[in-house]
Amino acid sequence: MSIVKFSTILSTAVPLPIENVDTDQIIPARFLKATTREGFGENLFRDWRYDKSGQPKAEFVLNSSVYSGSILVGGKNFGSGSSREHAAWAIHDFGFKVVVSSFFADIFKGNALNNGLLPVQVSEKFLARIFQSIEDDSATLIKVDLEKQEISLQASGASEHFDINPYKKKCLINGYDDIDYLLSIKEKIAQFEVSRS
Amino acid sequence: MVDEIKEGPSVLYIDKHLIHEVTSPQAFAGIDKRGISVFRPQHTVATPDHNVPTVDQHLPIKEELSRYQVNKLTENCEKHGITLYGLNHPYHGIVHVIGPELGITQPGMTMVCGDSHTSTHGAFGSVAFGIGTSEVEMVLATQCILQPKPRKMRITVDGKLSRGVTAKDVILYIISKISTSGGTGYFIEYAGSTIRDLSMEGRMTVCNMSIESGARGGLIAPDEATFEYIKGREFAPTGSGFNRAVSTWKKLKSDDDAVFDLELNYDAADIEPMITYGTNPGMGTKISSNIPTVEDIEPGNRESYKKSLSYMDFEAGAPVAGRKVDYVFVGSCTNGRIEDLREVADFVKGRRKADHVTAWIVPGSKQVEKQAHEEGITEVLEAAGFKLRQPGCSACLAMNDDKIPEGKLAVATSNRNFEGRQGPGARTMLASPLSAAAAAVAGIVTDPRSLL
Repeated sequence: MSIVKFSTILSTAVPLPIENVDTDQIIPARFLKATTREGFGENLFRDWRYDKSGQPKAEFVLNSSVYSGSILVGGKNFGSGSSREHAAWAIHDFGFKVVVSSFFADIFKGNALNNGLLPVQVSEKFLARIFQSIEDDSATLIKVDLEKQEISLQASGASEHFDINPYKKKCLINGYDDIDYLLSIKEKIAQFEVSRS
Repeated sequence: MVDEIKEGPSVLYIDKHLIHEVTSPQAFAGIDKRGISVFRPQHTVATPDHNVPTVDQHLPIKEELSRYQVNKLTENCEKHGITLYGLNHPYHGIVHVIGPELGITQPGMTMVCGDSHTSTHGAFGSVAFGIGTSEVEMVLATQCILQPKPRKMRITVDGKLSRGVTAKDVILYIISKISTSGGTGYFIEYAGSTIRDLSMEGRMTVCNMSIESGARGGLIAPDEATFEYIKGREFAPTGSGFNRAVSTWKKLKSDDDAVFDLELNYDAADIEPMITYGTNPGMGTKISSNIPTVEDIEPGNRESYKKSLSYMDFEAGAPVAGRKVDYVFVGSCTNGRIEDLREVADFVKGRRKADHVTAWIVPGSKQVEKQAHEEGITEVLEAAGFKLRQPGCSACLAMNDDKIPEGKLAVATSNRNFEGRQGPGARTMLASPLSAAAAAVAGIVTDPRSLL
């Protein structure tokens, strides 16, 4: 089984300039009762996105007709809190392929990578520049080149290198999945069990 | 460690895998789709905790989706031969409470669970951390996960805690110092005389909240207190096996000359009863103090700070104590153990809960509940106007009916004060069981030392 192969993304972006966006905001616990991976996008940022009666809040960015695209740009320390993979599923299910921030919480980052959602960590300075560019022009195109590990603003050409573990990069580009890899070394795992018993 | 991928993560063998109803169904569906079975079912233990009701547990779960999810767990465990401690089983409870109390958690083990508070088990010197559902699937399929090597941090706290200051205050103090991202990328070892003097329950509280600093896990080197706690528990080694285990466990400590990527030191004398005033666990302060002013906050963080206080409906610079409390929640994997209930019972004995406060006291497990009955804690609580509910995660994340209503202010012994964590619009202040008990009795946020 494999995840969808990740290729270069060129897209407009949705800005969410809030720090410490925790996984309870991304997908509140009361929506974790599903037993499949699909459909969480519907409740992505539920309590920021809808009011009590279920009406969209006009001021929230996902309800804006101005911003769209497959890149979500968040403030520092994105994805803190719970280990719920549902947070990564919800963002991916909504249609995002990339999340950009100046800092990611560990578990969220791992969960995103395991689901073909690329977390791109940039400097505070570059993050501010991205937010500014989007504010100046909501049609700003951002290019994320995983092969080159580079994120750039199409109009100005400003770019920054980003880090990714070489193994994870290979997995994303080829659509490999960790479980396939682990299953392929099952014999080695069994030997390990014997060796330490 | 089984193997290492070149320029990649290590293959880590998992000794004990804990699962619950919320983060496991998609993992079971994954292995079913691959047409494979669970590789080592004997190394996984299951219990439903996140969305179970905390009243009338003998009846079928009313809420359809919760019932379906809990039934799905039972089905998956039966199908794959996994031990399940279901509702009403004498071993049922919050996954991080039952692991230690059954002696499943042991020093030196690698332990994972699809829950970020798995770090709780680090109190026993086990390497324990939370994982996502894809990783749950990996463990079910191969008993292994892929892990990058974390950096190492040591937090040393020395000195004697003063009266009224507890393990919860220690960890809230640490997180208020290093923030919710200060631990990211690290595994934390807690050390020092203050940590050493904590009971096992207290150590669990400290390790439990490691994730709230962003750290993947936290651990404490095992010692006599650890061995004493484990001895005689259901799944602990027995007889000569126990002695052999202890001699191995005694070797589990950092070398005297171990080098850490980061070392932090704190003095117990600086720690007072703590409480959070904002919408992340790093926003904590002494109950005796004031909420920071906007000017106290770094310029770049002020917008988020104001947003947070606006959600809480608090004023920057105002005193923390004295504000009216609507709800008190004592429970969760952070503070739902017997020692926590004892602390509350000792405090409320001979006092009364304030009439306007709704208090939910939720034991962490069936065994905690039973012990509370046996020790007379239940009676003391009832005499003071409290009622003990049945075990589960409850209002910590409000997946069941235990939701704090919109706008209401709760003092909670749980681990997260995020917006809406305890219910849409709920406002949460995190504190120790002692401070929660003081709030319940006084009806306002109170420094418990003023009532001791």
